[in-house]
Amino acid sequence: MTVIPKDSRLRYHCQLRQSAEERHAETHPLTWRLREDGARVGFEEYCAKEGYQSARQTLTQRTPADIIDTMKQANVRGRGGGGFSAGVKWGLTQVGDHLPRGYLICNADEMEPGTFKDRLLLEQLPHLLIESMIIAGYANRSCYGYIFLRGEYVEAARSVALAIEEARQAGLLGSDIAGSGFDFDIALHTGAGRYICGEETALINSLEGKRANPRAKPPFPGQSGAWGKPTVVNNVETLCNVPSVMQHGADWYQGLSGGLSEDGGTKLYGVSGLVERPGLWELPIGTSGREILERAGGMRQGHTLKAWLPGGGSTGFLLPEHLDLPMDFGTIGQYGSRLGTGLIAVVSERQSIVSLLRNLEQFFARESCGWCTPCRDGLPWTVKILQALERGEGKPEYIEILEQHTLGLNPARTFCAHAPGAMMPLESAIRHFRADFEAGIAHAPLEGVS
Amino acid sequence: MATIHVDGKAYEVDGANNLLHACLSLGLDIPYFCWHPAMDSIGACRQCAVKQYKDKDDTQGELVMSCMTPSTDNSWISIDDEEAKTFRSEVVEWLMTYHPHDCPVCEEGGHCHLQDVTVMTGHSRRRYDFRKRTHRNQYLGPFVAHEMNRCINCYRCVRFYNDYAGGTDLGVFGSNNNLYFGRHQEGVLESPFAGNLTEVCPTGVFTDQTHSDRYVRKWDMQFAPSVCHQCAVGCNISPGERYGEIRRIENRYHGELNRYFLCDRGRFGYGYVNRTDRPRQPEWRSERRSDDHGERADEIVILEVDPALDRGADLLRNARRVIGIGSPRASLESNHQLIELVGRDNFSNGIVAAELACLERMAELETSCGLPIPTLREVEAHDAVLVLGEDMLHSAARLALAVRQAVLALRDALAEERGIPTWNAEAVKTLAQDSRHPLYIAYPNATELDGISADNWQLAPADIARLGFAIAHIIDGNAPAVPGLDAALAAAAQTVAKQLIAAERPLVISGGSLESTQVLDAAGSIARALSRRTKRAGLMLIRREANSTGLTMLGGRPLEWALDEIVEGRADALVVLENDLYVRLPEARVDAALNTATALVVLDHQRTRTWQRARLGLAAASFTEADGTLVNLEGRAQRFYQVFDTSYMRPESRIHQSWRWLHALRISLIRGEDSTITLDEATEACAQDYPALADIVASSLSADYRVKGVKLARAPHRFSGRTSLRANIAVSEPRTPQDPDTPFNFSMEGYSGFDRPRKEVPFAWAPGWNSHQAWNKFTDEVGGHLRGGDPGVRLVAPRPGAYRYASDIPAAFEPQQDRWQLLVLPRLFGGEETSSRSAPIEERAERPTIGLSSADAARRGFEQGASLTLETETACLTLPLRCDQRLPSGIVSLPAGISSEFSSGDWARLEASGPDYKEARE
Repeated sequence: MTVIPKDSRLRYHCQLRQSAEERHAETHPLTWRLREDGARVGFEEYCAKEGYQSARQTLTQRTPADIIDTMKQANVRGRGGGGFSAGVKWGLTQVGDHLPRGYLICNADEMEPGTFKDRLLLEQLPHLLIESMIIAGYANRSCYGYIFLRGEYVEAARSVALAIEEARQAGLLGSDIAGSGFDFDIALHTGAGRYICGEETALINSLEGKRANPRAKPPFPGQSGAWGKPTVVNNVETLCNVPSVMQHGADWYQGLSGGLSEDGGTKLYGVSGLVERPGLWELPIGTSGREILERAGGMRQGHTLKAWLPGGGSTGFLLPEHLDLPMDFGTIGQYGSRLGTGLIAVVSERQSIVSLLRNLEQFFARESCGWCTPCRDGLPWTVKILQALERGEGKPEYIEILEQHTLGLNPARTFCAHAPGAMMPLESAIRHFRADFEAGIAHAPLEGVS
Repeated sequence: MATIHVDGKAYEVDGANNLLHACLSLGLDIPYFCWHPAMDSIGACRQCAVKQYKDKDDTQGELVMSCMTPSTDNSWISIDDEEAKTFRSEVVEWLMTYHPHDCPVCEEGGHCHLQDVTVMTGHSRRRYDFRKRTHRNQYLGPFVAHEMNRCINCYRCVRFYNDYAGGTDLGVFGSNNNLYFGRHQEGVLESPFAGNLTEVCPTGVFTDQTHSDRYVRKWDMQFAPSVCHQCAVGCNISPGERYGEIRRIENRYHGELNRYFLCDRGRFGYGYVNRTDRPRQPEWRSERRSDDHGERADEIVILEVDPALDRGADLLRNARRVIGIGSPRASLESNHQLIELVGRDNFSNGIVAAELACLERMAELETSCGLPIPTLREVEAHDAVLVLGEDMLHSAARLALAVRQAVLALRDALAEERGIPTWNAEAVKTLAQDSRHPLYIAYPNATELDGISADNWQLAPADIARLGFAIAHIIDGNAPAVPGLDAALAAAAQTVAKQLIAAERPLVISGGSLESTQVLDAAGSIARALSRRTKRAGLMLIRREANSTGLTMLGGRPLEWALDEIVEGRADALVVLENDLYVRLPEARVDAALNTATALVVLDHQRTRTWQRARLGLAAASFTEADGTLVNLEGRAQRFYQVFDTSYMRPESRIHQSWRWLHALRISLIRGEDSTITLDEATEACAQDYPALADIVASSLSADYRVKGVKLARAPHRFSGRTSLRANIAVSEPRTPQDPDTPFNFSMEGYSGFDRPRKEVPFAWAPGWNSHQAWNKFTDEVGGHLRGGDPGVRLVAPRPGAYRYASDIPAAFEPQQDRWQLLVLPRLFGGEETSSRSAPIEERAERPTIGLSSADAARRGFEQGASLTLETETACLTLPLRCDQRLPSGIVSLPAGISSEFSSGDWARLEASGPDYKEARE
């Protein structure tokens, strides 16, 4: 009998399923250094695998403006789900002699349901993130870096904290990094476990010790972020692309997708759910859902694919017919969903879509920060309706009310993207599987019978 | 300026604000919750959604929150758009998914912002058919009641309480739709502005406990434009009455003064008006010796008005000389009628000499030192503030709130620099973090504003004056230097002077709280020094009582003089107007005079100790039953109006306004024919006699003012049961009381609209807006000024200075070994005479203690809480000890309102008393 480690299930998912032979520095910039045995790559091993070379070169040989230009050309799009160009974001960060130096924040609050890609990097390859942050901090003239880490990622916390210390010992953090004259350090902050902290402004509020409510934008963090200073917030995976982009250039990065997509680079894709071999793969961005699913060994025996979420709980359901679409930001968006985090969750024909939605919406309702009315009060209502449908006690008007929510909780109407994200799976589920919802409506009593 | 197009119509607006602000200012109705004109936008409730179009030809448009969208030039929006309307009603539907719909039993019903908006959006059918979440409520003290289940989570309460008012004990707990707005545990709300929660809250979560105790709907009360009598700030208020009792006090918007907020003493301190032991008829106390009216000795006889006047006239007629003692808590008109009765030479303004000296010095400084007195609104625009010898939260609480806004206003300046609109409240707060304009406070003890001060010093009054003089000297070398200044004070003076000079609009605040003319002189010297550099500086001087400023302008001798005239036989009769002499001077001193006087006529609305000594007591109207004019600390003359006629619900009542009593008494005395007098006549007479007060006539409306030919209504038009109000008294319905003095009717008849601009608004109501939000309809722009002009008229203007620097610089304070300098320090709750007679204020007041520096206490072996006896030559008092880290050594402090036997500056001994302490020592 296999002994299942403590934080078992996701850990089992959270493995790269690609052999070392398949992974090369030029084709797998995120994962080529990972060990076959899944153990953490320590400081020395990381250095032996070209670690910190990019940072040393960049800090001593390139200007911040130059770095931002390269990032813009490479068009590294936000891997946290937003898809916004990191280079553009950096370019919007206010710097100037009259302005205080601001902060660089790594968003490692990975709480999107079905997502475990950042965890892999944080646990097994923390130095790649540290190196990335040094470059990003330099490019944005940040005075300090914070890694806002999901509180439940205990092992990642150990791994990152150790990496920070190792880097400090090696003079890669602190003052005058690698003789460049650049001062920068990083602190690890573990969150208290709120999904909304993944929203960059809520994350900043939480980091400041305030309630994790999102902030109104504008002003954007680049203008007034943490403690009112110019602040850049980037996802772990986004940042981890930086050293290789600096090393190999924008064209190389663009070419990584090999024509599969207009986006460049690779993507950490993954699959969870009732498949044979859940896990993670670094593949060119634009790889089809079918290829990813096949790498996961297809559906578990006895199950057929009913629908799939392309990138987390806040993305819309796609159908089996969409499996051949390239998994990139532009394409998936055209089919009523989003690429999101790029981690697929599959739904089997044998699973109840209403129950699945009830579970998801319960999560989103619970994780609402309580700031704006539609989200705070709309989501709990949808949960109660879904619960009633689950019990077969629904009323005919319930589906209409659900649809009103999927329509009404759109981005202009809510304060942040939380509720619109929560509505994506619900909207698409009703669109694709209306009958499943109607089945939850109690049969109307016969006329004249009380 | 910007042009915005709303539903096809073009409007000119000030483009600096957001669309909600602009539209409301135009008089358009957009429902909202989380936005507040004094606290700006946060975009949380999503109620104010409108459709915005890219340009004229865009027909698609998208929903935006009007509160979070700038009103930029050439904006095209629609409020009437179907999608926007539907969404706004959906927002109410969401809020209603857990609101308990308990309007019939909710105190907010009838003046509820949530009701207004619900009706406005048209949401009327409930589709949510699941369980609602419920909360436990908290006890929050005697002022504010808590019913969390009604909460719609607009965050206004915490934004006001914490951000605006600086409170720390109210917060929001939990998340998602399980938010809880309350304290971390039950207990009295600490902020002295907590009462504003009742108006800031859009529904019935925070309601007025004193109103709840004697509840009546807003529409069933009658109101009048009134002025708070509980300190010298003179906030505008609307007291509401039903069945002859005041039921609540609401904020009355004044664009230059209180705007949206009151302090809790003003809002909840009205209970003395309703006391059952109030004198309501003339009382005659027969003398011990035989009496010419044939009544038993020492018997109290209730008199009708005419006999009372006759007996009063007889008393005065038989006197050799009558001294009149006025009152700084009575109107100018009443005090003036007293002067008319006794003559200027025989008039004391009822203020003790030390306080009067300060008041006169303040009046002199304000006219001579060259700096204007800012209004409270203008205070908020000053960018450096120095406070000498005042704890504003206790001596002029609403001013403290204004100073807080002034200090925080640096946020707005920073935001503007960085292109962040100042109405984007959270963003401004985030950007600025702890940046504040400099505030410096020198006071004998810690003050509530120390937390936002750049620095603060705890000093004896003499040292506060020395610090002030030193600052003046640095600003202007012509001001005298301070000899022997110690290094710490010299450094402090340098810092303050540097900041005051650097500021564009420095403000100096001082006042009479420490009863030190030297502190005032120091403040005056700084003001004078600043006036030579900038005209945009200001000087604000704090007085103690509602009409302290006005009485100083009327003149008159101090109270001690009046008593001496009697005791020393130069006069034998006293007429005392709304003044309890026992709260001002030591008992023995007052007794000596009252025992000597052959006649004592007292007019008051409270059964004070002085009243109980009166030969003749004339039942005076309290401020809610009277009309009159007060002058506040801004030098603003303001009229307050009678809310109700006491005799309507209590036919036996013979309460009259003091000025009317005094006039009638004078006519009786001279055996005149016509004793009638109207308010306009009384005001006019005062204005004519005192050139400095000439403008008080214009401070408000005269009795013949009409709108569209009709008088103004005191009651909302929905006022119910008018014909049966007195059904328990008599079946016949008398005519409603007539009001010869004012343009207001004692009923709902008359004009009560908002479209005609008017200064004096008894209650704010506009179609669709039963809540306080109706004030938006009365202002030129939301948060601006009343369209009819803000009430009152400013009487004091600085004249180019004949001011000469005071050279009387006190020596540094030297602590003594075995005696302490006593300071009687003002306190908000319990430190004011009339409000202290109200039960909730009594409950809220802290237990009195003797304050002593921790070092002194340790040196003498006194322990915290031990019973200490304070002794002067003439009096002693035993109270528990409060060891105070911040109080300077050599000072002992006593809260105001405890005893009139002690006054600031006295030297006192301290002895341990109480058995516990003795045992411990033995």
